[in-house]
Amino acid sequence: MEFKNLTLSKKTTFVIWVLIIAFIIAAPSILPVFRLNLLGRYLSLAIVALGVDLIWGFTGLLSLGQGIFFALGGYCAAMYLQITSSSEFPNNIPEFFGLYGVDNLPFFWEPFRSPIFSLFAIWVIPALVAGILGFLVFRNRIKGVYFSILTQAALLVFFNFFNGQQKLINGTNGLKTDVTQLFGQMVGSESIQRMFFWITALLVIAAWFFSKWVVKGRFGNILIGIRDDEPRVRFTGYNPVLFKTIIFSIAGGLAGISGALYTVQSGIVSPQFMTVPFSIEMVIWVAVGGRGTLLGAILGAVLINYAKSLVSEALPASWMFIQGGLFILVVTALPEGVLGWLQGEGPRNLLQKLGLKRKIETYPSLEIKNETEGLKNE
Amino acid sequence: MLLDSLFNGVAIGSVLLVAALGLAIVFGLMGVINLAHGELMMLGAYTTYVTQLIFKLPLLKPYYNAYVIVSIFFAFIVSGVVGILLEKTVIRKLYGSPLETLLATWGVSLILQQFVRSVPLAYGTGLVLSLIIGLFLPSVFSSKVKESINFKYVKFSSWIFAALAGVLSGNLISSSVSKLSRASARNVDVTAPAWMRGQVEILGTAFPKTRLMIIIITLISVIAITLFLNQSAWGMRIRAVTQNREMSDCLGISTEKVDVLTFGIGSGLAGVAGVAVSLLGSVGPNVGGNYIVGCFMVVVLGGVGNLLGTIFASFGIGIMTDLIGAGRLLSIWPDMPLPLSNTINFFATTSMARVMIFALIVIFLQFKPTGLFPQKGRMVES
Repeated sequence: MEFKNLTLSKKTTFVIWVLIIAFIIAAPSILPVFRLNLLGRYLSLAIVALGVDLIWGFTGLLSLGQGIFFALGGYCAAMYLQITSSSEFPNNIPEFFGLYGVDNLPFFWEPFRSPIFSLFAIWVIPALVAGILGFLVFRNRIKGVYFSILTQAALLVFFNFFNGQQKLINGTNGLKTDVTQLFGQMVGSESIQRMFFWITALLVIAAWFFSKWVVKGRFGNILIGIRDDEPRVRFTGYNPVLFKTIIFSIAGGLAGISGALYTVQSGIVSPQFMTVPFSIEMVIWVAVGGRGTLLGAILGAVLINYAKSLVSEALPASWMFIQGGLFILVVTALPEGVLGWLQGEGPRNLLQKLGLKRKIETYPSLEIKNETEGLKNE
Repeated sequence: MLLDSLFNGVAIGSVLLVAALGLAIVFGLMGVINLAHGELMMLGAYTTYVTQLIFKLPLLKPYYNAYVIVSIFFAFIVSGVVGILLEKTVIRKLYGSPLETLLATWGVSLILQQFVRSVPLAYGTGLVLSLIIGLFLPSVFSSKVKESINFKYVKFSSWIFAALAGVLSGNLISSSVSKLSRASARNVDVTAPAWMRGQVEILGTAFPKTRLMIIIITLISVIAITLFLNQSAWGMRIRAVTQNREMSDCLGISTEKVDVLTFGIGSGLAGVAGVAVSLLGSVGPNVGGNYIVGCFMVVVLGGVGNLLGTIFASFGIGIMTDLIGAGRLLSIWPDMPLPLSNTINFFATTSMARVMIFALIVIFLQFKPTGLFPQKGRMVES
């Protein structure tokens, strides 16, 4: 297929991808170490945003509890690193256990001595937790805002639990990773961090391909069907519970991977990953980038976080105002997000308003809203 | 012992109830999830603080003891007006899309939080005052003026007047009460007047007076709102719109006015809850966030559009929180088997009690997905 034969939206996507990949390749040589590390963290957040886009943009489930799975992935990664580098501490267990008088590794941390198990645990455990939680909720046809509230409550419960359990997971202090060892080097060292940057960049692209594959074809069509009219999907003979549980658990797995990558690059995992604002922020990345576009989720996560760090450095107090304004603006003025606007009629309408492009005449019936559109949000 | 536990449970439950009452009304009527509800509570709590300081001025000093009562009204008005403004500017555009409303109100809550951090309370008070004047001054004119074509100029000039009044009162307050003239992110404390400190002894058990006061505030709010909904004409309109919006619209009820009114009342109740919360502990920009999830749990458990459900759910959660969080089951049944008592001890902290209660709610929803008192009706969705 030649470039000029592609549709406008595909062209936009293509150009953006070229820019992203060029930037990722160039970043390690042009950015200082600190900024590169930040970029790596934000790229890892793009993976959890992809998950949010899958469940919210495509399936219409607004989860305010993705922080649970994000933090679970982070804890799995951090605990593996702590255990493998605990040989010089008493009892061969991570140092913090000694503070609370724990002599033996709690049994559920035992398997994390194995690197292969840990690599799987990072995404399997969050996916399982998401699957179970999702199944219990979806089974009762709890949906819409009720689902959002319940996920938020679940988030708070996990936060309380992790905050209170000093003896098992070091409670509110969290687990540090930057002074642990990996391949004989400090995880916080520059070379390892560079490696994590590349892994993150590759995984973001892999996660994008995976998500693209998930929403393609019949499975994706059913997800969109559930978003637009769930009863109709059910009456057609599909079981929405199954599809919703699967996609929620996929999003949980993605969040776990994202959390693990974020943890090793920021040097710590703590219950702060499970605070309510952080999980809602994930939603706004997707909303600003454009829900249902996948690429928009990546762009939104990286750009908003970058803007956040820049604004917070310059004017610490104003970020909350900007963020609050973004929430209001994006749902009232730009519901399809930046990328959705770019790919849709947005640029043409703007040009028309500026008088640069002639208005296209269509049949009036095409301008009337589709009948299903009104039902979409009920 | 049992009475003590029951009282504690009722006290926790009544804070939850007064906080969840407004939320339940708004959610029941409009299907709107207002994540800024906690911040409206925070505004109510700050209103109490400001009222308290203003009542310490020499002019009002003799009436200092009454400031709590006065602040209940103030808090209702302040939060109500902010709520009305929120409805008129943001929420109105988003009816029919609850998830979007949820996100937008979260944005509002962030802005409100940062607002109390970075704007001196004196000027905040001035701003709220000008909002109140600007919104309500046009409505005092006679209907003849209202229908005239020049009414928009009246509206415009009343906003200018409101702005002037706001700036003036802001300056006045900030020059007379030094504590309010500087912005601070620190928590502030509301001290209860002398007649509310100490304890009352009933049936041999000592009850803190502030808790009793909260129970009384809750009781009055519940009674007032029930009477309003069931006896007044506007209450009837609100109930009609709750049951069938399209039909009510056809019968000539102005659903727009009903929406504003309901949202105003719901927000005002959040303000009253804020007064109650300010009596319990220190007041800070994040005070609302601590209650909001509990309130939502009450609404989910109680079922939508039913005040009775809200009442039962909040007292249920309150009593359970106390039973689990204080490990009271152990003292009631001291020689229970070891594994059971270990489990109970594990959950016997405030945060672990929340974990347990959430688990119980999820289990409960497995059997009754629409809450304690579900709305009756036939729908595809249910």
